[in-house]
Amino acid sequence: MTDVETTTTRKDWATDQEVRWCPGCGDYSILTAMQLMMPELGVSREDTVFISGIGCAARFPYYMNTYGIHSIHGRAPAFATGLAVARPDLSIWVVGGDGDMLSIGGNHLIHALRRNVNVNILLFNNMIYGLTKGQYSPTSEVGKITKSSPYGSLDQPFNAVSVAIGAEASFVARTHDMDRKHMQEMFRRAWEHPGASLVEVYQNCNVFNDGAFDTISKRANRDSMLINLTHGEPIKFGADAERGVVMDGGDAVIVDVADVGEDALVVHDERRPNPAVSFALSRLAAGPTEPTPIGVFRAVERGEYASANSAQLASAQEQAGPGDLAALLRSNPTWTA
Amino acid sequence: MTDLADAPNARDVDRVVIRFAGDSGDGMQLTGDRFTSASALFGNDLATLPEFPAEIRAPAGTLAGVSAFQVQISSEPISTPGDEPTVLVAMNPAALMSDLNRLAAGGTIIANDDAFEERNLEKAGYVDNPFEDGSLDGYTLIRVPMTRLTREVCEPLGVKPRDAERSKNFFALGLVSWMYTRPTEPTLEWIAQKFAGRDAVIAANTAAFKAGHAYGETAELGSHVVSIAPASLPPGEYTNINGNTALSWGLIAASVQAGLPLFLGSYPITPASDILHELAKHKNFGVRTFQAEDEIAAVSAAIGAAYGGHLAITTTSGPGVALKGEAIGLAVSMELPLVIVDIQRGGPSTGLPTKTEASDLLMAMYGRHGESPMPVVAAHSPAQCFDAAIEACRIALEYKTPVMLLSDGYLANSSEPWLLPDVDSLPAIDVSYATEPNQTNEDGEPVFWPFARDEKLVRPWAVPGTPGLMHRVGGLEKSDGPGNVSYDPANHGRMTDIRAERIDRIADDLPDVVVEGSPGAKVCLVGWGSTWGAIRGAMRRLTADGLDVAHIHIQHLHPFPNGLGEALRSFDRVIVPELNKGQLVKLLRAEFLVDAQGVNKVMGQPFTAAELESIVRQTLSEMEG
Repeated sequence: MTDVETTTTRKDWATDQEVRWCPGCGDYSILTAMQLMMPELGVSREDTVFISGIGCAARFPYYMNTYGIHSIHGRAPAFATGLAVARPDLSIWVVGGDGDMLSIGGNHLIHALRRNVNVNILLFNNMIYGLTKGQYSPTSEVGKITKSSPYGSLDQPFNAVSVAIGAEASFVARTHDMDRKHMQEMFRRAWEHPGASLVEVYQNCNVFNDGAFDTISKRANRDSMLINLTHGEPIKFGADAERGVVMDGGDAVIVDVADVGEDALVVHDERRPNPAVSFALSRLAAGPTEPTPIGVFRAVERGEYASANSAQLASAQEQAGPGDLAALLRSNPTWTA
Repeated sequence: MTDLADAPNARDVDRVVIRFAGDSGDGMQLTGDRFTSASALFGNDLATLPEFPAEIRAPAGTLAGVSAFQVQISSEPISTPGDEPTVLVAMNPAALMSDLNRLAAGGTIIANDDAFEERNLEKAGYVDNPFEDGSLDGYTLIRVPMTRLTREVCEPLGVKPRDAERSKNFFALGLVSWMYTRPTEPTLEWIAQKFAGRDAVIAANTAAFKAGHAYGETAELGSHVVSIAPASLPPGEYTNINGNTALSWGLIAASVQAGLPLFLGSYPITPASDILHELAKHKNFGVRTFQAEDEIAAVSAAIGAAYGGHLAITTTSGPGVALKGEAIGLAVSMELPLVIVDIQRGGPSTGLPTKTEASDLLMAMYGRHGESPMPVVAAHSPAQCFDAAIEACRIALEYKTPVMLLSDGYLANSSEPWLLPDVDSLPAIDVSYATEPNQTNEDGEPVFWPFARDEKLVRPWAVPGTPGLMHRVGGLEKSDGPGNVSYDPANHGRMTDIRAERIDRIADDLPDVVVEGSPGAKVCLVGWGSTWGAIRGAMRRLTADGLDVAHIHIQHLHPFPNGLGEALRSFDRVIVPELNKGQLVKLLRAEFLVDAQGVNKVMGQPFTAAELESIVRQTLSEMEG
């Protein structure tokens, strides 16, 4: 990292390529948030890599003036894992949509999370397939009417945060495309976390699923519908913080604070080793039509994969000495003719 | 115990082919492997053919559970595990039932007499006892109560009878070692090393081995003792090596030669897993092995590592290559170095996982969507897997392209003596990263174009961490030069042409075609991959008989070596033996308009030299007739 790079601006992080998302797409605000945040991290552009799969979100790397790979559908976490293991010195971001990450690439996502590879995974969830023009996605609600489900979809949707917590993720957060500051905060937290980080970004697809998150993310609704998770603070929301969350027999339940008293509220602990409460919080809302937690659900320290791998290499070299090819070829019995 | 390696009364023979066959639990692979090692250290030339079922332990005593290991040892240079065994060691009735038809007429059967009891005979499908019904009359039968004798010799050691029985393969090994005058020290040393810390096991195996060795003498089997003199191999230091180990070491050598760290992304699959196992042991060479969640993740991780500047490898077999196809297409588009190792096995689908076949050639050539050419290199003998691996890596790194390296189940598991190369004489691999911008923009500022090319049409490899060279690559078509996303029709046509041209041009840097045997011959055998050994064997016999035959073995299957077409056209008959239904022959006919004829075997087994010899003789007599 050089002095020059610590004083970059948003412009330095943008490429000269024309951004080709539909006008009004939520992806624009996510890109802006990212380009505004990057200069604040003090990481240099050449040490930063954005890797994506396929989908609207996956065009993201073309707009970031860093190294980047626009890979194939669903596999971005696997490409990122390989790069991270080979080059633990890099700052690696993975960008994908709900179809990319939870459908075709679901396997790679869960394995990257359980291995705890140091990559920051941004999952742009618009609950629809955009680039293929409007089929239901693995996060679409049951009964969703789309071109491929004219009688309503039958599939139970995934809850991305629940999936991530179930996959042993050490860092899980949720944010939305209408709140740039909150996005930046979540992205920064993901970057700071040593290990795999998953940030679900609720993102509006104004062409195929417009307003999917209006119930919770419109400015007028936010106070009553967004539950901000803050580490060490009782979980409260509402214009006057009049509502809160308590644990009831393993379930997280929304209550009126006046009914239970402040002391009964769950004090949010993102570092709790047991993921049960974080998971319960992820189940509070069945979809973005009910009061929904945002913020960091879970941030625990756990051994990071790539550095553990490097440590194995170092210890092997310490024990066996640096590789000696001539000796390797003679490591089985030999004879002379 | 006397070491009978120089037994004065032993009958000298040039070669012997021994087949050890028994139940999967009988330790036949280990027995064969030990016999091979002792023979290698003794100085014979040899070639092995391990054959085992896909099931880890099929029901004991059944035909499905038979595991066999064939080895040819010789005082002359050889290149195959032999046409037919002259000795069959049958540890149970199922082994005899399944493998007797392979035994040469008049061959010797060494049977574990104790296993030939009613239940086992029934399980193997025998109605009558073959020892009594005259069906073995044409063979020399040596019945040895191996189980009982092993138990007896282990009893004073305090080994339980059931545990003792597990050492009976060492009894067999001892007996066969005596009959073939093998040195005993390597085996005894190996037992001590392998089972270090398990004194009871060492004692039982050693006792069983010595008992087997002594049995030959006391049972007056002296007339069967055979000695095979050391082969006059080119002077130098040798080791016995199988294809997967040689290939693994070749990958490490390439990493050393290129000065780049090695990254392997792999998912376990038969018969390729041993490469993952071998490389995982050598982290002190800076080797990173990543056992991925699936085949697609394995190749994707490798491509990620290649983007990061590593020598990236993915190893698999046919089903894995099918899964990796889309990602390999991406590597073609991104023009990154990558080696895909395909240890071919019987297909389609799961097919015959533990048996050999060479039926992935057309998949290697064309098994991707779109126009996505890539070099294809094939290994042709177990030890040569080392050179083939270096060559595949060299092409990948120097030309910034994915390369398919083909081996097969036979090469993977078979072994032969390998004259160790001088590591200082290994080919250099010339590779460097881009460090500077390579263009100037309209404002006169230096910029980096990822798809600007050198005179060989190779693009620069700029790795993350390099200031000023930030760029984005990916599957969308890129503009020729600047490398931005481009939907321009003319650009797509140009980039498609360049991707083909840059691979074709590699042939100019490769050795021209090599014709072995008689250049003026009327018949030419054209092979690729593991048929090399059988073709060599056939060639030796034919030329010894004064017949004119030529042999072309194609290591570079794409691009073909220069001069191949002219060479093929110079022969009256071109015969292409393949362990598939005729894949190379299609390519040759399409590329060169020659009337090449295929000879095909798809039985999970390699060709024998005898099979190819007979084909050539038949062809020659047809031509004369």
